[in-house]
Amino acid sequence: MSATKSYSEEFLKGIWKENPVFIQVLGMCPMLAVTNTAVNAIAMGVATAFVLLGSSILVSLLRKVIAKPVRISTYIVIIATFVTVADYSIEAFSPALHRELGAFIALIVVNCLILGRQEAYSSKNTVGFAIVDASGMAIGFAFALFCLGATREILGFGTFFGSPIFGEHFEPWVIMALPPGGFLMLGFILLFFNWLEQRKKGAAV
Amino acid sequence: MSDLAWIFISALLVNNFTLYYFLGLCPFFGVSSKVSVAVRLGLATIFVMIITSLAATFLTTFVLPHAPYLKLISFIIVIASTVQFVEMVIKKLSPTLFRAMGIFLPLITTNCAILFLALTQTSKEYTLVQGLVFALGAGGGFTIALALMAGLREEGELSKVPNIVKGTALNMIIAGLLSLAFMGFAGLFSA
Amino acid sequence: MKEVELTCSATAKEPSALRLVLTLGIAGLISGFILVFVYQYTAPIIAANKAKALREAVFKVVPNSAYLQELHYKDGELVRVADESGGEKVQPGEILYGAYGPDSGFMGYAIVGSGNGFQDTIRLLYGYDPVQRAVLGMHILDSKETPGLGDKIYKDADFVSQFSPVLVDPSVELVKGGRKADNQIDAITGATISSDAVVKIINNAHQKWDDKTKGAPPKFVPPPPPKEKEKDGNE
Repeated sequence: MSATKSYSEEFLKGIWKENPVFIQVLGMCPMLAVTNTAVNAIAMGVATAFVLLGSSILVSLLRKVIAKPVRISTYIVIIATFVTVADYSIEAFSPALHRELGAFIALIVVNCLILGRQEAYSSKNTVGFAIVDASGMAIGFAFALFCLGATREILGFGTFFGSPIFGEHFEPWVIMALPPGGFLMLGFILLFFNWLEQRKKGAAV
Repeated sequence: MSDLAWIFISALLVNNFTLYYFLGLCPFFGVSSKVSVAVRLGLATIFVMIITSLAATFLTTFVLPHAPYLKLISFIIVIASTVQFVEMVIKKLSPTLFRAMGIFLPLITTNCAILFLALTQTSKEYTLVQGLVFALGAGGGFTIALALMAGLREEGELSKVPNIVKGTALNMIIAGLLSLAFMGFAGLFSA
Repeated sequence: MKEVELTCSATAKEPSALRLVLTLGIAGLISGFILVFVYQYTAPIIAANKAKALREAVFKVVPNSAYLQELHYKDGELVRVADESGGEKVQPGEILYGAYGPDSGFMGYAIVGSGNGFQDTIRLLYGYDPVQRAVLGMHILDSKETPGLGDKIYKDADFVSQFSPVLVDPSVELVKGGRKADNQIDAITGATISSDAVVKIINNAHQKWDDKTKGAPPKFVPPPPPKEKEKDGNE
């Protein structure tokens, strides 16, 4: 939060250095539940991005109006509004996707990532920075969802965006599309990040 | 009757909220380092779930038919105020109990399992009794998962683990194996 | 940056109760405004989507049908839900659909059934012809069966096509290793429990509706301002 902070820096931090999933391990419920295919993962990422961006802008605009003792309730009302909007829009324009994601769209409300950004960032920064921060975080989140979704789809169904990528004789590793696969896959990805971290430390020494 | 048994077993084991639907993961990883703590948090969650279930039935019967678009907002507000209310009541009635689980109560508000419970119960059109049984099963399932996880982590403290795996990565893999084990319950009570 | 600190310290000074109410009021107002607007706009689209999905499912399980109407059982006969004069709301579980051909002739009923599958509740729709006493077709509406195994109950065309038709007397029966009679369904290898669940759901639903569907089916009555909607159904 120094005076020298630049838009690009604030934007990039969400994607890599402070990636909400891989580094901060936030918002896991939706991220594991709906990421068994790449399409679902992207849809979830876009819906979350919409809610995050919308509430960040509104919270940032209202930051001088919102009284501190009731700020959390205000944030929740604002977030819930945007989630309802996302929920209705998806149901209206893509019923199939809505059936696939089910109640997990509504559960964006309790995604700690969104409330966390309002409390930590939007309520203290101008609209411009709030938009940049929210976009960075949203892209970081969507990127993480996509990584997990794509890997699980490739291993669990042998397809990528619905089209088969292996030969006829590929036996899908079904467990990867099922809940345990979600936990295991995220575990392995986190392991990979730990490894990167450790290697960086080793190099520094 | 068998219908109620199915709802209970389904929420408790087969479709375990935590290990099948990935709900309530924040407390699942955050507060699962000791069994005793985990069980207490689980009990508090069951309690809030039961009250939420009652409130959700009330809301869907009397309020939501007139304003369906308020579903999400009203549920989340009910949950937040229930938690606050429960906190106050326990503080007044039993300071000992409050000290024991007081700090966990606010955490429950952000537990997605509670909101999911209210939403599922509404979409499946459960009656009052079915809703209560569902809440009991779901809360029980969460408690079981939490206690199992805590037990495994207590053991893990004592074993030699490479540095690189320590922390969330290891917990994630343990959860994956637990979830795998719970898949064995599928087909129980079916058809 | 300075400005940020200023607002923080300003709000930290014990805001009055009026201020709190005002904050929540403004948030509520904005939220209410957005919600009502979005709801007004999307509700008709969502309703149309649902109606379309229902029509498609019904026309799939009752072959050659082109119209449908909601029916329910009342005082010994099936009557149109639309005839229900106000007040009385029919429970969704008590509704079945009458499917009619392009010439408005009765083709069969479409009945919703649900029951416990391998993982969670399975909901399905099946077409039923009370004259032939046969299931005409089956369509899974909602299930969470295991990908690659249990989900064959709707992904495996060979399994689904066995239901069009299958006789319901004495009851639909699940067998392994090929069907030998007209009331038998061959189980999916590796997903016996899911296949069994589908058969049981149909049998249970049939038991519930068998007596009620024995009478003459109600005539098709086009709804009063019908033309546009019916055109959709014909597509």
